[in-house]
Amino acid sequence: MRDEPAAADVAADIAVIGAGPAGLAAAVTAAAAGRDVALVDAAPRPGGQFYRHRAVSSEEEDRRGGRGWETFVRLREGLAAVRYLRGHRVWHIEPGFVVHALAGDGAERGEGGNGDEAAEGGERGGRAVEIRARALILAPGAHDRVLPFPGWDLPGVLTAGAAQALAKGNGVAPGARTVVAGTGPFLLPVAAALATAGSTVAGIFEANRPFGFGAALARHPARLAEAAGYAAALARARIPYLMGRAVVAAHGDDAVTAVTVARLDAGWRPVAGTERLVECDTVAVGHGFAPQLELPLQLGCATRVTAEGDLVVEVDAAQRTSVPGVYAAGEITGIGGAQLALVEGELAALSVLAAGGASAGEMSSAAMSAAAMSAAARAVSGKAVSGKGVAWLLARRRRLRAFAAALGAAYAVRPGWPAWLRDDTVVCRCEEVPYERLVAAVALGATDPRTVKLLSRAGMGWCQGRVCGHATAALTARATGRALAASDLRGLVQRPIAQPIRLGDLAHAPETREKEPP
Amino acid sequence: MSDFEITFDGRPIPVAAGQTVGAALIAAGIRSWRRTRVADRPRGLFCGIGVCFDCLVTVNDRPGLRACLVEARPGDVIRSGRA
Repeated sequence: MRDEPAAADVAADIAVIGAGPAGLAAAVTAAAAGRDVALVDAAPRPGGQFYRHRAVSSEEEDRRGGRGWETFVRLREGLAAVRYLRGHRVWHIEPGFVVHALAGDGAERGEGGNGDEAAEGGERGGRAVEIRARALILAPGAHDRVLPFPGWDLPGVLTAGAAQALAKGNGVAPGARTVVAGTGPFLLPVAAALATAGSTVAGIFEANRPFGFGAALARHPARLAEAAGYAAALARARIPYLMGRAVVAAHGDDAVTAVTVARLDAGWRPVAGTERLVECDTVAVGHGFAPQLELPLQLGCATRVTAEGDLVVEVDAAQRTSVPGVYAAGEITGIGGAQLALVEGELAALSVLAAGGASAGEMSSAAMSAAAMSAAARAVSGKAVSGKGVAWLLARRRRLRAFAAALGAAYAVRPGWPAWLRDDTVVCRCEEVPYERLVAAVALGATDPRTVKLLSRAGMGWCQGRVCGHATAALTARATGRALAASDLRGLVQRPIAQPIRLGDLAHAPETREKEPP
Repeated sequence: MSDFEITFDGRPIPVAAGQTVGAALIAAGIRSWRRTRVADRPRGLFCGIGVCFDCLVTVNDRPGLRACLVEARPGDVIRSGRA
């Protein structure tokens, strides 16, 4: 692939943000049409969380394959035609568009094995870089959502994604004996990865009882086979899978030594008398995923709340957001998994190509031309990701979105979980705000999460509410006696700066800062 | 499988090439490397992908780096801290 030296200013036709399945598919498809594409990603290697791999092991992964690895290999080869800016952490995007990123010093050092280079998105210090583009495809992905419970701040309790990143990305078992808990099918590959990495998995505790989901699964043979594969792996490793149960407390002094598991009713309220202690040194927990909405919200993209209560970016049939020239693909348009992300990424690229020379303003009012997109698809056929036509892609997107909706309904967060909180349970980990202080803020008159945040400091720390945002919104709604609303969720995800950055790094910004007044 | 070493509060820690500082510490059995400002509680790795800032650590005298993102380099001097 063409690795760009982290030049002070990069100009491209299209900037794609995020090199997971959606961003890779978008970048490779647009580049196949001969467009000048900059792919901007914070990680040292392409693939995002889904195709996460070790620097030293991609040859081994290439041989072993699995989980769509062949698709990733094809995408990685397609990067040859893309200006791939690895180790570039995007912290702000100006209308027009100017993408501001922090480039890690490894971005141009050329270290590491296998032709991969260590580039940490400026974590060791970096330089400010501007990338100018006429169109933007946003594919920043999602991160784990974890609901608080007593003791969740103990070392040894980590997100399901963190456990998987350690096992898959680093070849490290996070502990000797792990409990996997939360909700969603993602818990299965996490448990399997932990077992492979050498941890004993004491059990998977799934809070929902997703019996109705089998029917949806039966209509998707590939997913059914995947589920069957995990079931077999779990059986081989003798990992029990128990539904309608949750970790309602973690115990320990300086690290977790045991958890309390309880049965839940259908609304996720613990059933008294069903508690039992399970010894473990590690807890991998996840309650679904939260889309990374900072960049689309900075740009003013309209959002919507899904049936499952997730705040996502609104896109039309052509993956266009409400902001002209800004397209979105993958988890930020609704949690749907890697297969859907690949299709959306490819469609977003075809949509940009179909827009052709039309200015962003013209495109916003015109209906998307299916004929133009089909022509774009024909132009890149054989070189694009699927090599299929637009009709095939649209049908596949419809099918995968229906599957995602069934999945979302079966594994949604139910409203009864605050029943397992205690007054002193930490809700905001950064500012160490206990549950009782949120309740006190509502007692003082706060009726919305932003006011609760100002009064309690929940969500005001380093992570800017990424970790506790959903819980703070849900607990505020609950304490004020109403259902969780879209405005609750929106209020806590608006961040003027998408990534915390050091002022010192900005001081080394390029000298070309003067701009025309708007 | 160790390719090189770093140190944590003076103690040698083996690293496999490509591992993050956080992963190397976890592999060495170290679960926490920071104490919180308010309640003086121990913290280590939580989100593992750069979102939560729980795993902040000092690397070669540079404080406040996310251990889950920093790939270890030979000879890195890691120190625990308070933040």
